[in-house]
Amino acid sequence: MQILLNGAPVETAARTLADLVEERALDATSVATALDAEFVPRALRPATSLTEGARVEIVAPMQGG
Amino acid sequence: MFYGTDLTSRLMLGTAQYPSPAVLAEAIAASGTQVITVSLRREGPGGAGFRDLVAASGCRVLPNTAGCHSVSEAVTTARMAREVFATDWIKLEVIGHADTLQPDPFATVEAARILCDEGFEVFPYTTDDLIVGEKLIEAGCRVLMPWGAPIGSGQGLSDVGALRRMRAHFDGVPLVIDAGLGAPSEAARAMELGFDAVLLNTAVARAGDPVAMARAFGQAVAAGRAAHGAGLMEPRDMAAPSTPVFGLAVL
Repeated sequence: MQILLNGAPVETAARTLADLVEERALDATSVATALDAEFVPRALRPATSLTEGARVEIVAPMQGG
Repeated sequence: MFYGTDLTSRLMLGTAQYPSPAVLAEAIAASGTQVITVSLRREGPGGAGFRDLVAASGCRVLPNTAGCHSVSEAVTTARMAREVFATDWIKLEVIGHADTLQPDPFATVEAARILCDEGFEVFPYTTDDLIVGEKLIEAGCRVLMPWGAPIGSGQGLSDVGALRRMRAHFDGVPLVIDAGLGAPSEAARAMELGFDAVLLNTAVARAGDPVAMARAFGQAVAAGRAAHGAGLMEPRDMAAPSTPVFGLAVL
C-alpha cells in the first residue's frame, strides 16, 4: 500500500506503525511518530494500523535554537 | 530555579547553524552551558551523530517546538519531543508571524495550558507583554522567556524599559531572555537587569570563531549575574567626584 511518509509517497508492506519503523531500519527508541498529525507513543505503535494514504511523520533529534 | 533545577551557568545555548559538529561540541564546552536546545525534524542521515554529541555534552536538553505555527502542531511536537528526549522540559514556540518570528500569544497560552496539564515543564517563548506573561503563569508556566529582539536578528535588548517592567512585575518568576542577542555585552546587560538566564544561538553559531564567542558569552553572563548580585549603583544626571574633596590643598 502507499502511504505518505514525511511528506513523500512511499510503498510499504508494513501493516502497523511499529512494522514501518522496523522496515525503515530505524532505531525505535530514537524516533518519535505521528499518524495523521496525532502523536503515537512508542508503546502504541504495534497496535496502530496503517491504511492506504495514511500520513505518517517520523522525526528524530536535530539541531535547534 | 528552573522547575526545581538549579543551574550554575545561566547561559542556555542553541545547537543549530554551527559550521561543523566538532565546532558545536567545542562551543558547548567553552560556553560552560548546562542546557542546550534541540529540535525534532524528519528522520534523515546524520541523526545518530547528533544524538551522540548531545549525550557526550553532559548537558540537560531543552527541546523546542520551533517552526510550529498552530496549537496542535506545537502540542504534537512537544509530545514527540518528550518521548524522544525523555524530559518534561519543552521550549514552547508558537510562531505568529513569518517575518518577525513573533510568537502568537493566544496560541502560545492555549498550547501552554494543554502542555502544563499534561505535566510538561513549559519554557514559553513570549514577548515582553505583561498580560500575556500573566496568562502563561495562570496556564501553569513557572518560567517565562521574553524575547530581547526578533530571533536571529542580533539586535540585543530592543526595549529595555519593557524588560525592566517585566522583571519588576514577575518578581520571583525565573525569566530568561530568549532570542535576539548579538553581543556578549547585551547578555551581560540582561543579567544586570536581573534576568535569570539568557538563551541564544545565532550570535555564537554565526560568529567568526564560534568557540571563542561561546566562551565570551559564558563570561559575560557570569559577569552580569555577579554584577546584579553585587547591586549596581543608581545612575545620576550630574557628575559626583569620586576622589575625596576633603583635604584638597588650596593652591
